[in-house]
Amino acid sequence: MSSARRRAAAYWLSAPALAVYALFLVVPIASMALISFQNFEFYGGIQPGITLKNYREIFTDSYYWEVFGRTFWIALVVTALCAVLGTFEAIVLHRMANPWKSIFLLVVLGPLLISVVVRTLGWALLFGSTGLANKALLALGLIAEPIAFMYSVTGVVVALTHVLVPFVVISVWASLQRIDPAVERAAVSLGARQPTVVRRVIVPLAMPGILSGSVMVFALAASAFATPAIIGGRRLKVIATAAYDEFLNTLNWPLGASLAVLLLAANVLVLYASNRLIERRYKAVFRESAA
Amino acid sequence: MIRNGPLALVFHALFIGFIVAPLAIVCVVAFTPLGYISLPTDGLSLRWFAAILDNPRFISAFWLSLALGLVSSVIATALAVPAALAVARFHFPGRDAVSAFLLSPLMIPHIVLGVAFLRFFSAVNINGTFSGLVMAHVIVILPFALRLVLASATGMDPAVERAAVSLGAGRFTVFRRITLPLILPGIVSGWLLAFITSFDELTMSVFIASPSTTTLPVRMFLHIQDTIDPLVAAVSALMIAGTLLLMGALDRLVGLERLFVGKGKQ
Repeated sequence: MSSARRRAAAYWLSAPALAVYALFLVVPIASMALISFQNFEFYGGIQPGITLKNYREIFTDSYYWEVFGRTFWIALVVTALCAVLGTFEAIVLHRMANPWKSIFLLVVLGPLLISVVVRTLGWALLFGSTGLANKALLALGLIAEPIAFMYSVTGVVVALTHVLVPFVVISVWASLQRIDPAVERAAVSLGARQPTVVRRVIVPLAMPGILSGSVMVFALAASAFATPAIIGGRRLKVIATAAYDEFLNTLNWPLGASLAVLLLAANVLVLYASNRLIERRYKAVFRESAA
Repeated sequence: MIRNGPLALVFHALFIGFIVAPLAIVCVVAFTPLGYISLPTDGLSLRWFAAILDNPRFISAFWLSLALGLVSSVIATALAVPAALAVARFHFPGRDAVSAFLLSPLMIPHIVLGVAFLRFFSAVNINGTFSGLVMAHVIVILPFALRLVLASATGMDPAVERAAVSLGAGRFTVFRRITLPLILPGIVSGWLLAFITSFDELTMSVFIASPSTTTLPVRMFLHIQDTIDPLVAAVSALMIAGTLLLMGALDRLVGLERLFVGKGKQ
Protein backbone atom coordinates (compact mmCIF):
# COMPACT_ATOMS: atom_id res chain seq x y z
CA MET A 1 0.00 0.00 0.00
CA SER A 2 1.20 3.52 -0.69
CA SER A 3 1.75 5.75 2.31
CA ALA A 4 -1.27 7.94 1.45
CA ARG A 5 -3.54 4.90 1.23
CA ARG A 6 -2.11 3.52 4.47
CA ARG A 7 -2.81 6.83 6.14
CA ALA A 8 -6.38 6.86 4.85
CA ALA A 9 -6.85 3.29 6.11
CA ALA A 10 -5.70 4.28 9.59
CA TYR A 11 -8.19 7.15 9.71
CA TRP A 12 -11.04 4.96 8.50
CA LEU A 13 -10.23 2.33 11.11
CA SER A 14 -10.26 4.77 14.00
CA ALA A 15 -13.13 6.91 12.64
CA PRO A 16 -16.05 4.97 14.25
CA ALA A 17 -14.55 5.17 17.75
CA LEU A 18 -13.66 8.83 17.27
CA ALA A 19 -17.17 9.67 16.05
CA VAL A 20 -18.77 7.94 19.05
CA TYR A 21 -16.41 9.84 21.37
CA ALA A 22 -17.18 13.16 19.71
CA LEU A 23 -20.92 12.70 20.18
CA PHE A 24 -20.99 10.90 23.54
CA LEU A 25 -17.99 12.38 25.33
CA VAL A 26 -17.10 15.80 23.96
CA VAL A 27 -20.68 17.05 23.58
CA PRO A 28 -21.83 15.92 27.08
CA ILE A 29 -18.76 17.43 28.78
CA ALA A 30 -19.21 20.67 26.82
CA SER A 31 -22.90 20.89 27.70
CA MET A 32 -22.07 20.26 31.36
CA ALA A 33 -19.49 23.06 31.24
CA LEU A 34 -22.08 25.30 29.60
CA ILE A 35 -24.80 24.91 32.25
CA SER A 36 -22.23 25.49 34.99
CA PHE A 37 -22.28 29.12 33.77
CA GLN A 38 -26.06 29.39 33.90
CA ASN A 39 -28.26 30.61 36.71
CA PHE A 40 -30.70 28.41 38.62
CA GLU A 41 -33.93 29.72 40.09
CA PHE A 42 -35.85 27.65 42.60
CA TYR A 43 -39.08 28.53 40.77
CA GLY A 44 -38.37 28.38 37.04
CA GLY A 45 -35.29 26.18 36.85
CA ILE A 46 -32.29 26.88 34.65
CA GLN A 47 -32.15 30.42 33.29
CA PRO A 48 -30.62 31.51 29.97
CA GLY A 49 -27.60 33.82 29.98
CA ILE A 50 -24.05 33.43 31.16
CA THR A 51 -23.06 34.08 34.77
CA LEU A 52 -20.27 33.24 37.19
CA LYS A 53 -22.76 33.08 40.05
CA ASN A 54 -22.31 29.34 40.75
CA TYR A 55 -18.55 29.56 40.93
CA ARG A 56 -18.79 32.66 43.10
CA GLU A 57 -21.19 30.82 45.40
CA ILE A 58 -18.83 27.83 45.69
CA PHE A 59 -15.81 30.00 46.43
CA THR A 60 -17.52 32.21 49.00
CA ASP A 61 -19.62 29.65 50.89
CA SER A 62 -17.81 28.19 53.90
CA TYR A 63 -19.79 24.94 53.45
CA TYR A 64 -17.98 24.28 50.15
CA TRP A 65 -14.62 25.27 51.59
CA GLU A 66 -15.18 22.67 54.26
CA VAL A 67 -16.16 20.06 51.63
CA PHE A 68 -13.10 20.86 49.48
CA GLY A 69 -10.83 20.81 52.52
CA ARG A 70 -12.19 17.47 53.70
CA THR A 71 -11.90 15.92 50.22
CA PHE A 72 -8.33 17.13 49.83
CA TRP A 73 -7.33 15.95 53.32
CA ILE A 74 -8.86 12.48 52.82
CA ALA A 75 -7.17 12.14 49.41
CA LEU A 76 -3.82 13.20 50.87
CA VAL A 77 -3.89 10.76 53.83
CA VAL A 78 -5.15 7.91 51.64
CA THR A 79 -2.36 8.60 49.11
CA ALA A 80 0.31 8.58 51.82
CA LEU A 81 -1.01 5.32 53.32
CA CYS A 82 -1.33 3.64 49.92
CA ALA A 83 2.16 4.77 48.87
CA VAL A 84 3.84 3.35 51.99
CA LEU A 85 1.79 0.14 52.34
CA GLY A 86 1.66 -0.55 48.60
CA THR A 87 5.39 -0.04 48.08
CA PHE A 88 6.37 -2.39 50.91
CA GLU A 89 3.89 -5.02 49.82
CA ALA A 90 5.17 -4.84 46.23
CA ILE A 91 8.74 -5.31 47.48
CA VAL A 92 7.69 -8.28 49.64
CA LEU A 93 5.80 -9.83 46.70
CA HIS A 94 8.74 -9.21 44.39
CA ARG A 95 11.01 -11.21 46.71
CA MET A 96 8.69 -14.18 47.01
CA ALA A 97 9.17 -17.37 45.04
CA ASN A 98 6.51 -18.95 42.87
CA PRO A 99 3.85 -20.21 43.36
CA TRP A 100 3.35 -17.90 46.40
CA LYS A 101 4.28 -14.86 44.37
CA SER A 102 1.56 -15.43 41.76
CA ILE A 103 -1.02 -16.47 44.35
CA PHE A 104 -0.56 -13.39 46.53
CA LEU A 105 -0.34 -11.07 43.55
CA LEU A 106 -3.76 -12.39 42.58
CA VAL A 107 -5.09 -11.90 46.12
CA VAL A 108 -3.85 -8.30 46.20
CA LEU A 109 -4.91 -7.26 42.69
CA GLY A 110 -8.07 -9.37 42.36
CA PRO A 111 -10.23 -7.05 44.49
CA LEU A 112 -9.85 -4.42 41.74
CA LEU A 113 -12.29 -6.49 39.70
CA ILE A 114 -14.84 -6.66 42.52
CA SER A 115 -17.42 -3.88 42.65
CA VAL A 116 -16.48 -1.03 44.95
CA VAL A 117 -19.98 -1.26 46.49
CA VAL A 118 -19.23 -4.80 47.65
CA ARG A 119 -15.81 -3.87 49.05
CA THR A 120 -17.24 -0.86 50.88
CA LEU A 121 -20.11 -2.96 52.23
CA GLY A 122 -17.44 -5.23 53.74
CA TRP A 123 -15.97 -2.29 55.63
CA ALA A 124 -19.41 -1.10 56.73
CA LEU A 125 -19.94 -4.59 58.20
CA LEU A 126 -16.53 -4.60 59.91
CA PHE A 127 -16.98 -1.07 61.29
CA GLY A 128 -20.66 -1.13 62.10
CA SER A 129 -22.97 -3.96 63.01
CA THR A 130 -20.40 -6.64 63.84
CA GLY A 131 -17.83 -4.25 65.33
CA LEU A 132 -15.16 -6.74 64.26
CA ALA A 133 -12.62 -4.05 63.29
CA ASN A 134 -12.55 -2.68 66.84
CA LYS A 135 -12.56 -6.16 68.41
CA ALA A 136 -9.54 -7.14 66.30
CA LEU A 137 -7.62 -3.94 67.07
CA LEU A 138 -8.39 -4.28 70.82
CA ALA A 139 -7.31 -7.92 70.78
CA LEU A 140 -4.04 -7.04 69.04
CA GLY A 141 -3.49 -4.37 71.67
CA LEU A 142 -3.17 -1.65 69.02
CA ILE A 143 -5.86 0.53 70.60
CA ALA A 144 -7.06 1.00 74.19
CA GLU A 145 -10.66 1.85 73.45
CA PRO A 146 -12.95 1.47 70.42
CA ILE A 147 -12.63 3.94 67.55
CA ALA A 148 -15.69 5.41 65.84
CA PHE A 149 -15.11 4.28 62.26
CA MET A 150 -18.62 4.54 60.85
CA TYR A 151 -19.59 8.04 59.68
CA SER A 152 -16.07 9.33 60.37
CA VAL A 153 -13.13 10.51 58.27
CA THR A 154 -11.03 7.69 59.80
CA GLY A 155 -13.45 5.08 58.47
CA VAL A 156 -13.54 6.64 55.00
CA VAL A 157 -9.73 6.76 54.93
CA VAL A 158 -9.36 3.08 55.92
CA ALA A 159 -11.94 1.86 53.40
CA LEU A 160 -10.57 4.05 50.58
CA THR A 161 -7.04 2.86 51.30
CA HIS A 162 -8.28 -0.70 50.87
CA VAL A 163 -10.03 0.17 47.62
CA LEU A 164 -7.07 2.02 46.09
CA VAL A 165 -3.86 0.41 47.45
CA PRO A 166 -3.72 -2.21 44.62
CA PHE A 167 -2.97 0.60 42.16
CA VAL A 168 0.29 1.42 43.97
CA VAL A 169 1.19 -2.29 44.20
CA ILE A 170 0.69 -2.60 40.42
CA SER A 171 2.82 0.35 39.44
CA VAL A 172 5.62 -0.35 41.95
CA TRP A 173 5.58 -4.01 40.89
CA ALA A 174 6.04 -2.90 37.27
CA SER A 175 9.10 -0.79 38.14
CA LEU A 176 10.59 -3.53 40.34
CA GLN A 177 10.45 -5.91 37.38
CA ARG A 178 12.85 -3.61 35.53
CA ILE A 179 15.49 -3.50 38.29
CA ASP A 180 18.53 -5.62 37.60
CA PRO A 181 18.78 -8.10 40.53
CA ALA A 182 22.58 -7.73 40.35
CA VAL A 183 22.27 -4.20 41.75
CA GLU A 184 20.72 -5.56 44.96
CA ARG A 185 23.33 -8.29 45.25
CA ALA A 186 26.07 -5.74 44.72
CA ALA A 187 24.73 -3.65 47.60
CA VAL A 188 24.62 -6.72 49.86
CA SER A 189 28.10 -7.84 48.88
CA LEU A 190 29.38 -4.37 49.75
CA GLY A 191 28.05 -4.93 53.26
CA ALA A 192 24.67 -3.15 53.16
CA ARG A 193 22.03 -4.52 55.51
CA GLN A 194 18.45 -5.16 54.38
CA PRO A 195 16.90 -1.87 55.54
CA THR A 196 19.73 -0.02 53.83
CA VAL A 197 19.27 -1.95 50.59
CA VAL A 198 15.57 -1.12 50.56
CA ARG A 199 16.07 2.52 51.51
CA ARG A 200 19.12 3.35 49.39
CA VAL A 201 18.76 1.04 46.39
CA ILE A 202 15.27 -0.34 45.83
CA VAL A 203 13.07 2.61 46.79
CA PRO A 204 15.05 5.14 44.69
CA LEU A 205 14.94 2.83 41.66
CA ALA A 206 11.23 2.16 42.12
CA MET A 207 10.46 5.86 42.66
CA PRO A 208 8.84 6.47 39.25
CA GLY A 209 6.42 3.62 39.96
CA ILE A 210 5.73 4.83 43.51
CA LEU A 211 5.02 8.35 42.26
CA SER A 212 2.83 7.44 39.30
CA GLY A 213 0.84 4.99 41.43
CA SER A 214 0.39 7.64 44.12
CA VAL A 215 -0.77 10.25 41.62
CA MET A 216 -3.40 7.84 40.34
CA VAL A 217 -4.53 7.06 43.91
CA PHE A 218 -4.76 10.77 44.72
CA ALA A 219 -6.91 11.48 41.66
CA LEU A 220 -9.21 8.53 42.38
CA ALA A 221 -9.45 9.31 46.11
CA ALA A 222 -10.32 12.96 45.46
CA SER A 223 -13.20 11.95 43.19
CA ALA A 224 -14.37 8.83 45.05
CA PHE A 225 -18.12 8.52 45.49
CA ALA A 226 -19.37 5.16 46.75
CA THR A 227 -17.03 4.79 49.73
CA PRO A 228 -17.53 8.28 51.21
CA ALA A 229 -21.28 7.99 50.57
CA ILE A 230 -21.62 4.65 52.39
CA ILE A 231 -19.01 4.97 55.16
CA GLY A 232 -19.20 8.76 55.55
CA GLY A 233 -22.98 8.84 55.59
CA ARG A 234 -25.17 11.79 54.72
CA ARG A 235 -23.39 14.40 56.82
CA LEU A 236 -19.73 13.83 55.95
CA LYS A 237 -19.73 15.29 52.44
CA VAL A 238 -16.90 15.22 49.90
CA ILE A 239 -16.97 16.92 46.48
CA ALA A 240 -18.44 13.91 44.67
CA THR A 241 -21.26 13.35 47.18
CA ALA A 242 -21.97 17.10 47.34
CA ALA A 243 -22.37 17.20 43.55
CA TYR A 244 -24.67 14.16 43.77
CA ASP A 245 -26.82 16.02 46.30
CA GLU A 246 -27.11 19.12 44.13
CA PHE A 247 -28.19 17.00 41.18
CA LEU A 248 -30.58 14.53 42.73
CA ASN A 249 -31.84 16.21 45.91
CA THR A 250 -31.83 19.99 45.57
CA LEU A 251 -32.02 19.72 41.74
CA ASN A 252 -29.66 22.68 41.35
CA TRP A 253 -27.98 21.31 38.23
CA PRO A 254 -25.89 24.40 37.38
CA LEU A 255 -24.27 24.38 40.83
CA GLY A 256 -23.67 20.62 40.67
CA ALA A 257 -22.17 21.04 37.20
CA SER A 258 -19.82 23.75 38.52
CA LEU A 259 -18.60 21.36 41.23
CA ALA A 260 -18.04 18.69 38.56
CA VAL A 261 -16.17 21.13 36.29
CA LEU A 262 -13.88 22.15 39.16
CA LEU A 263 -13.24 18.51 40.04
CA LEU A 264 -12.46 17.68 36.40
CA ALA A 265 -10.13 20.67 36.03
CA ALA A 266 -8.26 19.82 39.25
CA ASN A 267 -8.02 16.19 38.20
CA VAL A 268 -6.63 16.88 34.74
CA LEU A 269 -4.22 19.47 36.15
CA VAL A 270 -2.86 17.12 38.83
CA LEU A 271 -2.48 14.16 36.45
CA TYR A 272 -0.93 16.21 33.66
CA ALA A 273 1.45 18.21 35.86
CA SER A 274 2.66 15.22 37.83
CA ASN A 275 3.17 13.07 34.75
CA ARG A 276 5.29 15.80 33.21
CA LEU A 277 7.22 16.18 36.44
CA ILE A 278 7.82 12.46 36.89
CA GLU A 279 8.87 12.06 33.26
CA ARG A 280 11.34 14.93 33.43
CA ARG A 281 12.76 13.99 36.81
CA TYR A 282 13.17 10.31 35.97
CA LYS A 283 13.98 10.51 32.27
CA ALA A 284 17.30 8.81 32.97
CA VAL A 285 15.61 5.89 34.75
CA PHE A 286 13.13 5.44 31.91
CA ARG A 287 15.85 5.60 29.27
CA GLU A 288 18.00 3.03 31.06
CA SER A 289 15.10 0.66 31.52
CA ALA A 290 14.11 1.02 27.88
CA ALA A 291 17.62 0.12 26.75
CA MET B 1 17.52 -13.51 44.85
CA ILE B 2 17.10 -11.87 48.23
CA ARG B 3 14.44 -13.45 50.46
CA ASN B 4 12.00 -11.79 52.84
CA GLY B 5 12.95 -11.53 56.51
CA PRO B 6 10.51 -12.37 59.34
CA LEU B 7 9.45 -8.73 59.78
CA ALA B 8 8.58 -8.49 56.09
CA LEU B 9 6.48 -11.65 56.36
CA VAL B 10 4.59 -10.30 59.39
CA PHE B 11 3.85 -7.13 57.41
CA HIS B 12 2.75 -9.27 54.49
CA ALA B 13 0.39 -11.33 56.66
CA LEU B 14 -1.21 -8.17 58.10
CA PHE B 15 -1.51 -6.64 54.63
CA ILE B 16 -3.19 -9.73 53.18
CA GLY B 17 -5.51 -9.79 56.21
CA PHE B 18 -6.40 -6.16 55.52
CA ILE B 19 -7.13 -6.94 51.86
CA VAL B 20 -9.17 -10.08 52.49
CA ALA B 21 -11.05 -9.11 55.68
CA PRO B 22 -13.88 -7.00 54.16
CA LEU B 23 -14.51 -9.55 51.40
CA ALA B 24 -14.44 -12.45 53.84
CA ILE B 25 -16.87 -10.79 56.26
CA VAL B 26 -19.37 -10.22 53.43
CA CYS B 27 -19.29 -13.92 52.55
CA VAL B 28 -19.55 -15.01 56.20
CA VAL B 29 -22.45 -12.71 57.08
CA ALA B 30 -24.34 -13.88 53.98
CA PHE B 31 -24.75 -17.30 55.65
CA THR B 32 -26.32 -16.05 58.86
CA PRO B 33 -29.51 -17.84 59.96
CA LEU B 34 -30.71 -14.75 61.84
CA GLY B 35 -32.88 -11.90 60.61
CA TYR B 36 -30.22 -9.21 61.05
CA ILE B 37 -26.49 -8.68 60.46
CA SER B 38 -24.64 -11.14 62.67
CA LEU B 39 -21.84 -13.66 62.47
CA PRO B 40 -23.30 -17.14 61.99
CA THR B 41 -22.08 -18.52 65.33
CA ASP B 42 -24.60 -21.36 65.59
CA GLY B 43 -25.16 -22.91 62.22
CA LEU B 44 -25.12 -21.74 58.64
CA SER B 45 -28.20 -21.00 56.61
CA LEU B 46 -29.00 -20.34 52.98
CA ARG B 47 -32.14 -18.39 53.86
CA TRP B 48 -30.74 -15.05 52.61
CA PHE B 49 -29.74 -16.55 49.28
CA ALA B 50 -33.27 -17.91 48.97
CA ALA B 51 -34.56 -14.46 49.92
CA ILE B 52 -32.85 -12.96 46.87
CA LEU B 53 -35.07 -15.07 44.65
CA ASP B 54 -38.12 -13.54 46.31
CA ASN B 55 -36.83 -10.04 45.70
CA PRO B 56 -37.75 -9.06 42.13
CA ARG B 57 -35.88 -5.74 42.39
CA PHE B 58 -32.50 -7.44 42.74
CA ILE B 59 -33.36 -10.05 40.12
CA SER B 60 -34.40 -7.52 37.49
CA ALA B 61 -31.38 -5.32 38.33
CA PHE B 62 -29.14 -8.35 37.77
CA TRP B 63 -30.64 -9.08 34.34
CA LEU B 64 -30.39 -5.43 33.39
CA SER B 65 -26.73 -5.24 34.40
CA LEU B 66 -26.02 -8.46 32.52
CA ALA B 67 -27.68 -7.16 29.33
CA LEU B 68 -26.04 -3.75 29.73
CA GLY B 69 -22.62 -5.33 30.27
CA LEU B 70 -22.97 -7.64 27.26
CA VAL B 71 -24.28 -5.02 24.82
CA SER B 72 -21.90 -2.23 25.85
CA SER B 73 -18.82 -4.48 25.98
CA VAL B 74 -19.55 -5.88 22.51
CA ILE B 75 -20.00 -2.37 21.07
CA ALA B 76 -16.89 -1.09 22.88
CA THR B 77 -14.79 -4.01 21.63
CA ALA B 78 -16.12 -3.64 18.07
CA LEU B 79 -15.02 0.01 18.13
CA ALA B 80 -11.75 -0.68 19.92
CA VAL B 81 -10.38 -3.39 17.60
CA PRO B 82 -10.12 -1.31 14.38
CA ALA B 83 -8.91 1.72 16.36
CA ALA B 84 -6.25 -0.39 18.09
CA LEU B 85 -5.11 -1.81 14.73
CA ALA B 86 -4.86 1.71 13.31
CA VAL B 87 -2.77 2.94 16.25
CA ALA B 88 -0.60 -0.17 16.49
CA ARG B 89 0.07 -0.85 12.81
CA PHE B 90 0.08 2.50 11.02
CA HIS B 91 2.13 5.63 11.39
CA PHE B 92 -0.04 8.60 10.64
CA PRO B 93 -0.16 12.24 11.69
CA GLY B 94 -2.12 12.60 14.92
CA ARG B 95 -1.59 8.97 15.95
CA ASP B 96 -0.55 9.83 19.50
CA ALA B 97 -3.43 12.27 19.81
CA VAL B 98 -5.91 9.60 18.67
CA SER B 99 -4.72 7.06 21.23
CA ALA B 100 -4.55 9.67 24.01
CA PHE B 101 -8.09 10.81 23.17
CA LEU B 102 -9.44 7.27 23.10
CA LEU B 103 -7.81 6.52 26.48
CA SER B 104 -8.90 9.85 28.00
CA PRO B 105 -12.04 8.58 29.80
CA LEU B 106 -9.64 6.83 32.20
CA MET B 107 -8.58 10.27 33.44
CA ILE B 108 -12.09 11.66 33.91
CA PRO B 109 -13.72 11.03 37.30
CA HIS B 110 -16.88 8.95 36.90
CA ILE B 111 -18.81 11.47 38.94
CA VAL B 112 -18.04 14.07 36.25
CA LEU B 113 -19.15 11.70 33.49
CA GLY B 114 -22.35 11.00 35.42
CA VAL B 115 -23.13 14.71 35.67
CA ALA B 116 -22.27 15.30 31.99
CA PHE B 117 -24.39 12.38 30.75
CA LEU B 118 -27.34 13.30 32.96
CA ARG B 119 -27.29 16.81 31.49
CA PHE B 120 -26.79 15.64 27.89
CA PHE B 121 -29.27 12.75 27.99
CA SER B 122 -32.00 14.93 29.53
CA ALA B 123 -31.42 17.52 26.81
CA VAL B 124 -31.88 14.93 24.04
CA ASN B 125 -34.60 13.05 25.94
CA ILE B 126 -32.92 9.68 26.37
CA ASN B 127 -32.21 9.96 30.09
CA GLY B 128 -33.03 6.85 32.07
CA THR B 129 -33.25 4.73 28.92
CA PHE B 130 -31.33 1.53 28.28
CA SER B 131 -29.69 3.00 25.16
CA GLY B 132 -28.47 5.97 27.15
CA LEU B 133 -26.87 3.67 29.73
CA VAL B 134 -25.30 1.60 26.94
CA MET B 135 -23.62 4.59 25.28
CA ALA B 136 -22.38 5.97 28.61
CA HIS B 137 -20.93 2.57 29.48
CA VAL B 138 -19.30 2.22 26.05
CA ILE B 139 -17.36 5.44 26.68
CA VAL B 140 -16.18 4.29 30.11
CA ILE B 141 -15.14 0.75 29.16
CA LEU B 142 -13.71 1.33 25.68
CA PRO B 143 -10.26 2.33 27.04
CA PHE B 144 -9.95 -1.02 28.85
CA ALA B 145 -10.73 -2.99 25.69
CA LEU B 146 -8.47 -0.71 23.65
CA ARG B 147 -5.48 -1.15 25.95
CA LEU B 148 -5.57 -4.94 25.82
CA VAL B 149 -6.18 -5.17 22.05
CA LEU B 150 -3.44 -2.57 21.54
CA ALA B 151 -1.00 -4.63 23.59
CA SER B 152 -1.60 -7.77 21.54
CA ALA B 153 -1.62 -5.91 18.20
CA THR B 154 1.68 -4.16 19.00
CA GLY B 155 3.19 -7.46 20.02
CA MET B 156 2.57 -9.28 16.74
CA ASP B 157 5.16 -9.52 14.00
CA PRO B 158 4.05 -7.62 10.84
CA ALA B 159 6.25 -9.92 8.73
CA VAL B 160 3.63 -12.68 9.17
CA GLU B 161 1.06 -10.53 7.38
CA ARG B 162 3.50 -9.63 4.61
CA ALA B 163 4.25 -13.31 4.14
CA ALA B 164 0.53 -14.02 3.70
CA VAL B 165 0.19 -11.17 1.19
CA SER B 166 3.22 -12.41 -0.78
CA LEU B 167 1.58 -15.82 -0.92
CA GLY B 168 -1.40 -14.21 -2.65
CA ALA B 169 -3.87 -13.67 0.20
CA GLY B 170 -6.31 -10.78 -0.18
CA ARG B 171 -6.61 -8.11 2.49
CA PHE B 172 -9.73 -9.57 4.04
CA THR B 173 -8.27 -13.07 4.08
CA VAL B 174 -5.14 -11.74 5.78
CA PHE B 175 -7.27 -10.13 8.47
CA ARG B 176 -9.51 -13.14 8.99
CA ARG B 177 -6.88 -15.89 8.80
CA ILE B 178 -3.76 -14.16 10.17
CA THR B 179 -4.36 -10.94 12.11
CA LEU B 180 -7.58 -11.86 13.89
CA PRO B 181 -6.38 -15.22 15.30
CA LEU B 182 -3.15 -13.59 16.49
CA ILE B 183 -4.85 -10.77 18.39
CA LEU B 184 -7.80 -12.88 19.55
CA PRO B 185 -6.53 -13.36 23.14
CA GLY B 186 -6.24 -9.57 23.43
CA ILE B 187 -9.74 -9.09 22.03
CA VAL B 188 -11.35 -11.67 24.31
CA SER B 189 -9.60 -10.44 27.44
CA GLY B 190 -10.32 -6.82 26.51
CA TRP B 191 -13.97 -7.70 26.05
CA LEU B 192 -14.10 -9.56 29.39
CA LEU B 193 -12.44 -6.71 31.26
CA ALA B 194 -14.83 -4.26 29.59
CA PHE B 195 -17.76 -6.44 30.63
CA ILE B 196 -16.60 -6.64 34.26
CA THR B 197 -16.01 -2.89 34.37
CA SER B 198 -19.49 -2.22 33.03
CA PHE B 199 -21.10 -4.73 35.39
CA ASP B 200 -19.40 -3.11 38.41
CA GLU B 201 -19.87 0.55 37.46
CA LEU B 202 -21.75 2.58 40.07
CA THR B 203 -20.75 6.25 40.26
CA MET B 204 -21.74 7.24 36.73
CA SER B 205 -24.77 4.95 36.48
CA VAL B 206 -26.31 6.28 39.69
CA PHE B 207 -26.89 9.58 37.86
CA ILE B 208 -28.42 8.22 34.68
CA ALA B 209 -30.33 5.12 35.83
CA SER B 210 -34.08 5.49 36.23
CA PRO B 211 -36.27 3.31 38.48
CA SER B 212 -36.94 1.07 35.47
CA THR B 213 -33.26 0.87 34.42
CA THR B 214 -31.57 0.36 37.79
CA THR B 215 -28.33 -1.60 37.48
CA LEU B 216 -27.28 -4.10 40.14
CA PRO B 217 -24.59 -1.87 41.75
CA VAL B 218 -27.03 1.06 41.81
CA ARG B 219 -29.74 -1.13 43.35
CA MET B 220 -27.26 -2.34 45.98
CA PHE B 221 -26.07 1.20 46.69
CA LEU B 222 -29.62 2.49 47.17
CA HIS B 223 -30.40 -0.51 49.36
CA ILE B 224 -27.27 0.02 51.51
CA GLN B 225 -28.09 3.72 51.95
CA ASP B 226 -31.43 2.64 53.29
CA THR B 227 -30.50 -0.39 55.34
CA ILE B 228 -27.63 -2.84 55.63
CA ASP B 229 -29.05 -6.34 55.99
CA PRO B 230 -27.92 -9.93 55.29
CA LEU B 231 -29.83 -9.79 51.99
CA VAL B 232 -27.41 -7.32 50.44
CA ALA B 233 -24.51 -9.33 51.90
CA ALA B 234 -25.84 -12.43 50.13
CA VAL B 235 -26.07 -10.54 46.81
CA SER B 236 -22.51 -9.29 47.34
CA ALA B 237 -21.26 -12.79 48.13
CA LEU B 238 -22.70 -13.99 44.82
CA MET B 239 -20.99 -11.08 43.03
CA ILE B 240 -17.67 -12.02 44.62
CA ALA B 241 -18.15 -15.62 43.50
CA GLY B 242 -19.01 -14.51 39.96
CA THR B 243 -15.99 -12.23 39.78
CA LEU B 244 -13.71 -15.06 40.96
CA LEU B 245 -14.99 -17.24 38.10
CA LEU B 246 -14.37 -14.53 35.49
CA MET B 247 -10.96 -13.85 37.05
CA GLY B 248 -10.07 -17.50 36.58
CA ALA B 249 -11.08 -17.22 32.91
CA LEU B 250 -8.97 -14.08 32.46
CA ASP B 251 -6.00 -15.74 34.17
CA ARG B 252 -6.21 -18.66 31.75
CA LEU B 253 -6.48 -16.32 28.76
CA VAL B 254 -3.80 -13.72 29.37
CA GLY B 255 -2.50 -14.20 32.88
CA LEU B 256 -3.82 -11.72 35.43
CA GLU B 257 -0.35 -10.33 35.93
CA ARG B 258 -0.22 -9.23 32.31
CA LEU B 259 -3.77 -7.91 32.50
CA PHE B 260 -2.94 -5.61 35.40
CA VAL B 261 0.73 -4.83 34.96
CA GLY B 262 1.05 -4.94 31.20
CA LYS B 263 3.53 -7.75 30.96
CA GLY B 264 4.19 -11.07 32.62
CA LYS B 265 3.20 -14.38 31.09
CA GLN B 266 3.87 -14.10 27.38
